[in-house]
Amino acid sequence: MVAAASTPPPPGGAGEGGGGTLGPRGSLPGEGPRAHVQPPTPNPSPQGGGESDLTESLADQVRQAAESGTPLRIVGGDTKAFYGRRVEGEPLRMAGHAGVISYDPSELVVTARAGTLLSDVEARLAEGGQRLAFEPPGFGAGSTLGGVVAAGLAGPRRPFAGAVRDSVLGATILDGRGRVLRFGGQVFKNVAGFDLFRPQAGALGSLGAILDVSLRVAPAPRREIALAFETPSDTARRRLAELMRRPTPLSGAFHDGARLHLRLSGGEAGVVALAAELGGEEDPMAFWDVVRAYRHAAFAGEAPLWRLSLPQTAPIPAVGGVAAWDWAGAQVWMWSDAPAAAIWEAASRVGGHATLFRGAADGAEVFQPLPPAMLALHQRLKEALDPAGILNPGRMYGAL
Amino acid sequence: MLDRFDPKLDGAFDAVDREALLRRLRRILPAERLIASTEGMRPYESDGLAAYRSLPAAVALPADAGEVAAVLKVCRDLGAPVVARGAGTGLSGGALPFPGSVLLALGKLNRILSIDPDARTARVQPGVRNLAISEAVKPYGLFYAPDPSSQLACSIGGNVAENAGGVHCLKYGLTVHNVLKLHAVTLEGERLTIGSEGPDAPGFDLIALMTGSEGLLAVVTEITVRLLPIPSDVQAMLAAFPDAGCAAQAVADIIAAGITPAGLEMMDALALKAAESYAHAGYPPDADAILICECDGAAGDAEAELADVAEVCRAAGATLIRHAKDQAERARLWAGRKAAFPAMGRLAPDYYCIDGTIPRRRLPEVLAAIAAMSREHGLAVANVFHAGDGNLHPLILYDAQADGQLARAEELGGAILELCVEVGGTITGEHGVGREKINQMCVQFTPAELETFAAIKAAFDPAGLLNPGKAVPTLARCAEFGAMHVHHGETAFPDLPRF
Repeated sequence: MVAAASTPPPPGGAGEGGGGTLGPRGSLPGEGPRAHVQPPTPNPSPQGGGESDLTESLADQVRQAAESGTPLRIVGGDTKAFYGRRVEGEPLRMAGHAGVISYDPSELVVTARAGTLLSDVEARLAEGGQRLAFEPPGFGAGSTLGGVVAAGLAGPRRPFAGAVRDSVLGATILDGRGRVLRFGGQVFKNVAGFDLFRPQAGALGSLGAILDVSLRVAPAPRREIALAFETPSDTARRRLAELMRRPTPLSGAFHDGARLHLRLSGGEAGVVALAAELGGEEDPMAFWDVVRAYRHAAFAGEAPLWRLSLPQTAPIPAVGGVAAWDWAGAQVWMWSDAPAAAIWEAASRVGGHATLFRGAADGAEVFQPLPPAMLALHQRLKEALDPAGILNPGRMYGAL
Repeated sequence: MLDRFDPKLDGAFDAVDREALLRRLRRILPAERLIASTEGMRPYESDGLAAYRSLPAAVALPADAGEVAAVLKVCRDLGAPVVARGAGTGLSGGALPFPGSVLLALGKLNRILSIDPDARTARVQPGVRNLAISEAVKPYGLFYAPDPSSQLACSIGGNVAENAGGVHCLKYGLTVHNVLKLHAVTLEGERLTIGSEGPDAPGFDLIALMTGSEGLLAVVTEITVRLLPIPSDVQAMLAAFPDAGCAAQAVADIIAAGITPAGLEMMDALALKAAESYAHAGYPPDADAILICECDGAAGDAEAELADVAEVCRAAGATLIRHAKDQAERARLWAGRKAAFPAMGRLAPDYYCIDGTIPRRRLPEVLAAIAAMSREHGLAVANVFHAGDGNLHPLILYDAQADGQLARAEELGGAILELCVEVGGTITGEHGVGREKINQMCVQFTPAELETFAAIKAAFDPAGLLNPGKAVPTLARCAEFGAMHVHHGETAFPDLPRF
């Protein structure tokens, strides 16, 4: 995918007739789960299985760029260029820097180079009966582990199994001087030095180019069940908050505008007991691959699509049409033509924030603006790691 | 001794006119919350690492965020270093006063501000005790997960500063995974709101950066924590092994079998004998090592998981498996584990608790190496630790009155930490670097990495007044210490036997 801010993620696929079947303003998807389900495409890739260490040449390129003041656009599989702001710069190509460096299921840790395909990492973990807890969306076959971590986007399991950063145990980065720095490590408990590894998640390369990353992984559950309910949004949010006050094996809670979809994962007894208690109708498990990949029909459309991150129990601000919500109500997808400032203001009033996920005008801000003192702190932190300001300048904020 | 700060190695500050400092502080704080007499300051001269002692210029006890900001402003104006302190239970000397500093004791900020059972969050001040949070939210069926062994006394502010762990981290995470939002004041007087009550916040993940920053970046004045529902069923068992190596192998096998126990603790022969004679927990005194494993979950699942753990332990050579048949017996199993530290008092007048983490698969060889180093230094070492996450707590037994023993204990502790780095681990799992491990930081990190830490600190605290001489060594200190940097387990001569 090219770096066009308005390019949407891959639409729902042939089964849904592409993205055109849905109105841009919160039209609801058709009834029944079948219409939304598009099994994930297997993604054999020409780059797959590649293993090479390009640390030296990448470091050289950054050093030269730092000297000449040339901005660098850090690129993995280039599948998420639509996210964040466009960077004008010489590409720093991470895709060739690939390979799983170490994986031992008894350690619950995988370490891989940034250019390793997400699909390769997941295949390796599956062999060990494990997986990434945060269930990252891939936006195409070329999706790399470095890009997944830098974007910091997590899938439906986020509220139940943690964010991307919660799985990051360590990272080796190239700073803006081209120096190789390692923070954290491969062990779960590690408090030596400031934590400069978890903040790489979601920093969009602003704090360094990730060379490799160590991630904590999770065992696959013994039992999973997917359910759907004809429950209106408000009722569903209320009932979820109630349900989540007691221990449950919930691992997904997504509302498509008409129906609440739940996924239960865990031990046999707990999953079966909760499914029996909740009732509902059985959903195909593949539905969750579609939610995870942002290929649900609710995401198709042309109007600006906003991601609102809210306290789970906060009211959804009335500044657009709700396409769907995930994360038990804490991540709301909204179509809106309202001015960005109005949406930011409304999200912040209920304790959340908003991101223009796609459909931004070139050069416009897409992330919720930071208060002045906080922006100044961000600038100083960026300067600490990237004094020449050459690593993905402006990707997150124009002033960063 | 590391409680002597050295201006050349730890940072030099212009002398502060103590009278002027006290005059300014008196305008902010009433007499009973500003301590300046030597006798009055004695209780603050050390934290949980009692071997290190040093007196500040004054102890300030602010009662709200406004007073914290006002004290910080005075320190900024006069160039006085500031050391923040919670309950003073830290084990790495992180709250050891810097000479001439203001010790900012946050114990008066001790209110639980609000509890939201539906959002499963609590908003608290930094001086609130860790256990007090769980007690306050228990009526709602919720708890605060990180449970360091000092949880009865330690404060949540200190937990944030140290990224505290505990027994249940493997399943429920560290402090960093359970904090949503912070209010903090920088030395520059900026009031920052970091994080959010939603799943994330715009910009960089500063919650992660602040958590575990050991009081070097800013002073936290309010914390919103995430609460979890209390598990419906908890089951525990004990497995005894004739050989510590087998027990270590069982730990790796349990994790590889796809089981995530809520707690998985190991005690070696010396520790379990001492704990047994102290607490009568029913540990088999002739075992070489025991594992205590706890599983929680839905009714039926915890039991099934524990049965699988028992199976794995038997296969690894366990000679005794005992399930706690009721909650009273479960409590007794844990009472022994919790008594391990005080029980050491019966074996030696003093003990020194080490806190390295290693990859689990290296447990057998590291335990063997620690035993060899213990013999070499002539000091007994008992091992009680969070085996599930590879977090070692070797307890070095010594007698501070006996000539040279403390120095030998320090030396042995340093050697154990360097071994942890060599096998791919870290010098601190949950206690923090503080003052104690400042030299070993030179072993774990390169000069470029240490420089980056210094730059991060300067981004928050350009004058370098917050907790100087802690957590991040100057390069001058590393040069003086003469540390050999070992990275990723690679040393200059990897084939030479080191233990």
